[in-house]
Amino acid sequence: MALVAAERPGVAGRLVAALKDAALAALLALGLAVPILALRIDQDINNQPVLRARWDDVALAVALVFAARLAWLLLRPALAGSAAKARPASTGAGHLAARAFALAGAVGLVLYPLIMLALVGKSGAIKWIDNFGIQILIYVMLGWGLNIVVGLAGLLDLGYVAFYAVGAYSTALLVHNLGFGFWLCLPLAGIFAALWGILLGFPVLRLRGDYLAIVTLAFGEIIRLVLINWVPVTNGYAGISGIPKPTFFGLPFNASDEGFAATFGIEFTPLHRTIFLFYTILALAFLTNWVTLRLRRLPIGRAWEALREDEIACRSLGINTTSTKLTAFAIGAGFGGFAGSFFAARQGFISPESFTFMESAVVVAIVVLGGMGSQLGVAIAAIVMIGGTEILRELDWLKQVFGPDFEPTQYRMLLFGLAMVVVMIWKPRGLISTRQPSIFLRERRAVRADLVKEGHG
Amino acid sequence: MEYFLQQLINGLTLGSIYGLIAIGYTMVFGIIGMVNFAHGDVFMLSTFIALILLMALTQVAGLGSLAIALFLVLIAAMLLTSLWAWAIERLAYRPLRGSFRLAPLISAIGMSIFLSNLVQVTQGPRYKPAPQMLGDVIILRQGVDYSVAISYKQLLIMAVTAVLLAAFWYIVQNTAIGRAQRACEQDRRMAALLGVNVDATISLTFVMGAALAAVAGLMFMIYYGVVHFNDGFTPGVKAFTAAVLGGIGSLPGAVLGGLLIGLIETMWSAYFSIDYKDVATFSILAIVLVFLPSGLLGKPEVEKV
Repeated sequence: MALVAAERPGVAGRLVAALKDAALAALLALGLAVPILALRIDQDINNQPVLRARWDDVALAVALVFAARLAWLLLRPALAGSAAKARPASTGAGHLAARAFALAGAVGLVLYPLIMLALVGKSGAIKWIDNFGIQILIYVMLGWGLNIVVGLAGLLDLGYVAFYAVGAYSTALLVHNLGFGFWLCLPLAGIFAALWGILLGFPVLRLRGDYLAIVTLAFGEIIRLVLINWVPVTNGYAGISGIPKPTFFGLPFNASDEGFAATFGIEFTPLHRTIFLFYTILALAFLTNWVTLRLRRLPIGRAWEALREDEIACRSLGINTTSTKLTAFAIGAGFGGFAGSFFAARQGFISPESFTFMESAVVVAIVVLGGMGSQLGVAIAAIVMIGGTEILRELDWLKQVFGPDFEPTQYRMLLFGLAMVVVMIWKPRGLISTRQPSIFLRERRAVRADLVKEGHG
Repeated sequence: MEYFLQQLINGLTLGSIYGLIAIGYTMVFGIIGMVNFAHGDVFMLSTFIALILLMALTQVAGLGSLAIALFLVLIAAMLLTSLWAWAIERLAYRPLRGSFRLAPLISAIGMSIFLSNLVQVTQGPRYKPAPQMLGDVIILRQGVDYSVAISYKQLLIMAVTAVLLAAFWYIVQNTAIGRAQRACEQDRRMAALLGVNVDATISLTFVMGAALAAVAGLMFMIYYGVVHFNDGFTPGVKAFTAAVLGGIGSLPGAVLGGLLIGLIETMWSAYFSIDYKDVATFSILAIVLVFLPSGLLGKPEVEKV
């Protein structure tokens, strides 16, 4: 909508201008909402399609847009003024604060199951540890794995879910065809995924930017379509079920005499397995983080970041861009494979439905919104985005406000997409956009976002 | 032979639809160098808009003549879809112009997720059946056990596509608007210095792409007789493949690429395997980008140091 400039100074002039602008915004909202929101295609009792009008929803949407635009226009000057004052100088102190925050976060994650047990008791804790803790940690791990490719090496990979799928399917197939256990499958899945990373990485090395993104997307889709159609091996849409859960050094988590609970002489509860799974994925995620942080200081890690900053300069300095890109692809894919293997063992059932493009987009969103290259930012973004959308499942009280037909979970991806757009406009470099240099003269200074290049790859 | 001819007709019909969508990708990429990831979902939105308008006209307003109804739907769907594209560009892409390079792509992916879920939330997750129309066929060639036929809707799709492409080609080549677009494509800053309103031209490019996508949306709705909120992604990627195959940035390339992709998909389904038809398209996308990045009719990209 055209921003009507406030020519007349003074409150009244600004108010009139803002009202005009908000009215235009509301008009636009009306135009957008009329076909798609106002009339819904439904079926009548004879299964014939009919239109059902919902003008009240349209009125509500238009009123909301009007109010939001008006509030934004009137409050923005005040907000902008206070934000400019509050901006801290980013120095070494910021670095220490970030480290302290990361450490506190790590301790919080380790204690999370115990806190939940204390807060909601045994029966409630399973849900909170499983749906929130494990689910979020899987995405944290995927985010950290992809961060190697996108954040460090600057190669935008929109098909990352393919490696997740390779890990999950190799676990499922190894379990069923060769009778391997989870702990043997886990490293193998990582290795397979890394091999696939190299295999798919090879042809795309020459591509950069958007083209690279689209080709990786195509590879991700090809792998998913093969999983769907190669029925003799993958069982197609029906998926593979009956993948055994991980065991505690050979002790299964069940009520039998050889089980975990019986061996340690404690009362059996399914909580043991959930907590064990939680610590498994936590350990895997920490492993990913640790490897990434260590790799950043090795020549290969420095080469990745140099590649992200300027590929041509890299080549001139004698860095082998082929092997540099391939290692980034392979290591990132390997961690995706670990996560996939864990996912298969946790669910006990996998199907191609779990590996759609949407999953790739979610992981890419987490990495980019968190701030490419920032481990802490990626973790925060995963917690906010995945936790935030999971929380929608808990909002049953909204049904009392909006009526029993209101289903908060269906707005999950809608809000997710919207959040991607809004965060990009608000902070294009992600939530944590400063970078810590891995090599420095005398004093470590954070590098501001506008001084960092985004890479061509 | 009859079988082949029939597949040729089917492939060209499908290819016309892909070509119409591909123009939106190719023009936007040409002018701001961005893959408008949400374009496929704008197309999907237009299929819904077209179906809703058609039902409103025939069922609620009781319009008897199908021809007039379709014509009105075409115009209205083009306008409403263009409005959406304009708003998306204004709200989600323009603030990011001059930002870092991946930002518009991420924003576009977010917009794509938003649009498909918006349609899912507002219209429901089921397939929506469209009224069957124009199903009668003209027998072109009577074979022994297989005859070649072209249906009215296939004729309509090809005719409308041809007419609109011609009109569109005229606009881009012969009007002030088109000249401004081509100027922005060559050098945005220089165009701005010479008095071209760059922001308006870019908006217009999005609007034109969306209008053609709306035509494709109506044709898609007539051809398949069903619309679904998830139908934006795959046709979108295929149309993008078409744009890349023809040479991104090139208008005739987009149409040629669209027709080729339509033919390849149809022939692949007819002679090899219908299950792997999408694999064929995605493979072409990867192969073209890796080995022939400038496409069939595109200009080679020069890497500036």
